[in-house]
Amino acid sequence: MSSLADKIQDVFNEPGCSTNTGKAAKERKKGCSKPLQPGGAAGGCAFDGAKIALQPVTDVAHLVHGPIACEGSSWDNRGVKSSGSKLYRTSFTTDMSENDVVFGGEKRLFKSIREIIEKYDPPAVFVYQTCVPAMMGDDIAAVCKVASEKFGKPCIPIIAPGFVGPKNLGNKLAGEAMLDYVIGTQEPDFTTPYDINIIGEYNVAGELWQVKPLLDELGIRILSCLSGDARYHEIARSHRARAAMMVCSTAMINVARKMEERYGIPYFEGSFYGITDTSDSLRQIAKLLIARGADAELMDRVEAVIAREEARAWEALKAFTPRLTGKKVLLITGGVKSWSVVAALQEAGLSIVGSSVKKSTKEDKERLKEMSPDVHQIDDLRPREMYKMLKEAKADIMLSGGRSQFVALKAKMPWLDINQERHYAYAGYVGIIEMVRQIDKALSNPVWEQVRKAPPWDEVSWEDRADAANAADEAALAADPARAEAERRATIVCKCKEISVGTIEDAIRSHDLTVIAQVTQLTQAGGGCGSCKETIAAMLAREAKAAADAPSAQVA
Amino acid sequence: MTKITTSTKSCTVNALKMSQPLGGALAFMGVRNCMPLLHGSQGCTSFGLVLFVRHFRESIPLQTTAMSEVATVLGGYDNVEQAIVNIVGRTKPDMIGICSTGVTEIKGDDVDSFIKTIRSKHPELAHVALVNVATPDFKDAFEDGWAKATTRLVEALVLRPASGTSRRQGRLNVLPGSHLTPGDLDELRDIIEAFGLQPTFLPDISGSLDGHVPDDFTPTTHGGVSVSQIAAMGTAIHTIAIGEQMRPAAEAMEARTGIPFTLFRRLTGLAPNDEFIACLSKISGKPVPAKYRRQRSQLIDAMLDGHFYFGGKQVAIGAEPDMLLNIGGWLADMGCRITTAVTTTTSPVLDQMPCDEVLIGDLEDLETGAEGCDLLVSHSHGRQAAERLAVPFLRIGLPIFDRLGAAHQVSVGYRGTRDLIFTVGNLFIADLHEPDVGTWRQPVTPTDSVSATPATH
Repeated sequence: MSSLADKIQDVFNEPGCSTNTGKAAKERKKGCSKPLQPGGAAGGCAFDGAKIALQPVTDVAHLVHGPIACEGSSWDNRGVKSSGSKLYRTSFTTDMSENDVVFGGEKRLFKSIREIIEKYDPPAVFVYQTCVPAMMGDDIAAVCKVASEKFGKPCIPIIAPGFVGPKNLGNKLAGEAMLDYVIGTQEPDFTTPYDINIIGEYNVAGELWQVKPLLDELGIRILSCLSGDARYHEIARSHRARAAMMVCSTAMINVARKMEERYGIPYFEGSFYGITDTSDSLRQIAKLLIARGADAELMDRVEAVIAREEARAWEALKAFTPRLTGKKVLLITGGVKSWSVVAALQEAGLSIVGSSVKKSTKEDKERLKEMSPDVHQIDDLRPREMYKMLKEAKADIMLSGGRSQFVALKAKMPWLDINQERHYAYAGYVGIIEMVRQIDKALSNPVWEQVRKAPPWDEVSWEDRADAANAADEAALAADPARAEAERRATIVCKCKEISVGTIEDAIRSHDLTVIAQVTQLTQAGGGCGSCKETIAAMLAREAKAAADAPSAQVA
Repeated sequence: MTKITTSTKSCTVNALKMSQPLGGALAFMGVRNCMPLLHGSQGCTSFGLVLFVRHFRESIPLQTTAMSEVATVLGGYDNVEQAIVNIVGRTKPDMIGICSTGVTEIKGDDVDSFIKTIRSKHPELAHVALVNVATPDFKDAFEDGWAKATTRLVEALVLRPASGTSRRQGRLNVLPGSHLTPGDLDELRDIIEAFGLQPTFLPDISGSLDGHVPDDFTPTTHGGVSVSQIAAMGTAIHTIAIGEQMRPAAEAMEARTGIPFTLFRRLTGLAPNDEFIACLSKISGKPVPAKYRRQRSQLIDAMLDGHFYFGGKQVAIGAEPDMLLNIGGWLADMGCRITTAVTTTTSPVLDQMPCDEVLIGDLEDLETGAEGCDLLVSHSHGRQAAERLAVPFLRIGLPIFDRLGAAHQVSVGYRGTRDLIFTVGNLFIADLHEPDVGTWRQPVTPTDSVSATPATH
């Protein structure tokens, strides 16, 4: 386990991540994710993250070493597509028994690998560690090593048991496994100055294929995608690419940076969501390739393709804009896509009334703000609040992942799935049109009007009850200013350290604080992930103004 | 305003329409211990018999006057008389329902006067009701035959209440259209009884054609509404008619007995059922039972879960007018676009269809119009078109001969609608197309080609 602890430290200490470099050494050690809250956690575990990141590799066998829960409840539920082998959709697990727990599961794991190789002959076996065998001390790296030698097939240990952290950490640990065991182990048949890697793109609903035709047309070859529609050998040969695009803001930054470090492959962070982002990404790809020896005329061809595709896309969007202008979207999604989706929707005339940024990094949030100044960001919206927001017609439609869909649906509000399980592809110039078409389709469906209509007899609906409860809350607060003030003061500002508004206000007032660092020094607020520093700055400004106004009030 | 056009073709290809005498005969099959009798050549009966047997997978009581060439030319009195005498002798029915056919209508057989003569000649037949309906098969269609036979049953059998007699509280008449299945009738009976009402269905094929194993073998219908129950319908407090086709029967009931009626054109979908339930609540004076509030809530949830798969889907439907409006209106409620609607006969409901045009035509017209649609809806004969078009296919109406359970398909009520959402939604889900690497590859035309040859170095 010590090597896993080292690995996690190494991943946390990611110099490519600007949030991380902004932290003190001590804070950095604690990691980049907020501590999970027992009783209040809803996200996936590290194993889930590792599986999400690597399952799109189509031709390998993904073997989950653990009891049935880990694989049994999660297999074949993601909409990533393959243009070749379908082996990635076949589920393999050691389904550990009580006996294995008592005597160790290594033997079963080894036998499982052998059976897979005999029956399916994949180019490699990815072996995922889970909590139970990790606790027992099953050394899956050693098993993989022996199996690789014995069967002459790469067996890759993916060590990200669920309890080490959240999904995002699992994404990174999966990337580490690729760096340690796969990337650079094979040589491509030939290379061109137009070879790129795409990192963090999973080909959900076939999104990679919405962009690939353009790259093909430009003569740009995807040497490897990590990991959408990827073959094992492509990843093994990916170290010979000339440039890389990192698609997902936080998931695999370690892979991109280390490949730059080890193999001199420059990368940029881009998005294929939305028209302008897609164009920018194409330009960036061309720029990096040209800098590394591709013919400069590539940029002219890229610009020509962009001009043609943008014209087509705008033309197609025009049909929707009159129908969608003024419509408000509540966007609730993992950090990966917040800002890029905002850009895409604004292009279609929609406005954004809120965006949960639970999983976004600080940069994501800032970018979101820059692009959409009215967005008031919503951390952890509770179902009843979500309903209230939808109800008050602040939103016409909600875009989110599958888990929160039922809040929207039960509130009888249109909803669109934009996460892993979605059926429609939204990337590139064609994808944004598809997304807008889906929004239009959802908004214009006649069921909303029907289901919102009360039955022609007396009935108390859950909405009535929620409205009554919300109204009662508000009335209670209005009637009791002391309680309202107490609640305001109890609001947590710094989630990492659990520091409330009242604590910070008291500190500012009693010590005449003026700088964020002082607040952190006295109260610890802002000493964790740092995402609350803006709020603290706003509080400092407000207190300063109050202090400045107070004497003049006395004079008057 | 929906445009209603009639196909200008001379030749019908792959007929959608079913003949009028068959509709009449099916209505008679909803009367207990009845023998439907087609007055025509024996082929008329045997074809119809085979059709019903394939659909219901039951033995079907259906007799013929077996008109020969000579009998047709000279008139069919003897055949009708013989048929009735033989049927009574062999099967002892309570009623014989006679439907005329094209051949006897052209000859001009006056069956009503035949019956008068037979009555005077055969006093021993007095215990058998004889109901005659004119259903030439060269005119109108299946649902018209059903409707006319029902109207005739009302006129011939329902007793006028003697003046001053009071209505029997809780008694409700239900006149269901031919587009409802035995399963639909069972569902409606449950709903109505939950309000403490006692319904009499006319016709009631739920007792006779619901695919049960009977206690004993009878050559006539072994279930349905009895002749005496029909006679007593005049004492009910209200009549509910389902489908526009039943308006004449409901009006006949009102004219004869003074019982007011409420007509529901549709009973599939949320709003139509809200109206229906509210109507029952009003008639009975009882609140809506918790069971149906719950079912309403389940339907809403099914609509929410299902709408993703229905929204924007293009649907082509071939069905008789009342069924067309019922299913087409519901699909439109769910967000589908009815791109092609083909029907068999004229009806006031066609104006109400949520589409640009309704064509009175055949399955060839449906197939032509269904090009590029996401779902084809018709009776089983649409299967060839669905196969050629490679689109999902929903079987509704009659005949459904290549699937089990036609009699128990339920599409009325909150629950029936909910289950229909699942059935149709699953057809859409099964048809979701997996994208592949070439899905979004646009053909590069010479004019906008940027680089025809990829760079190779």
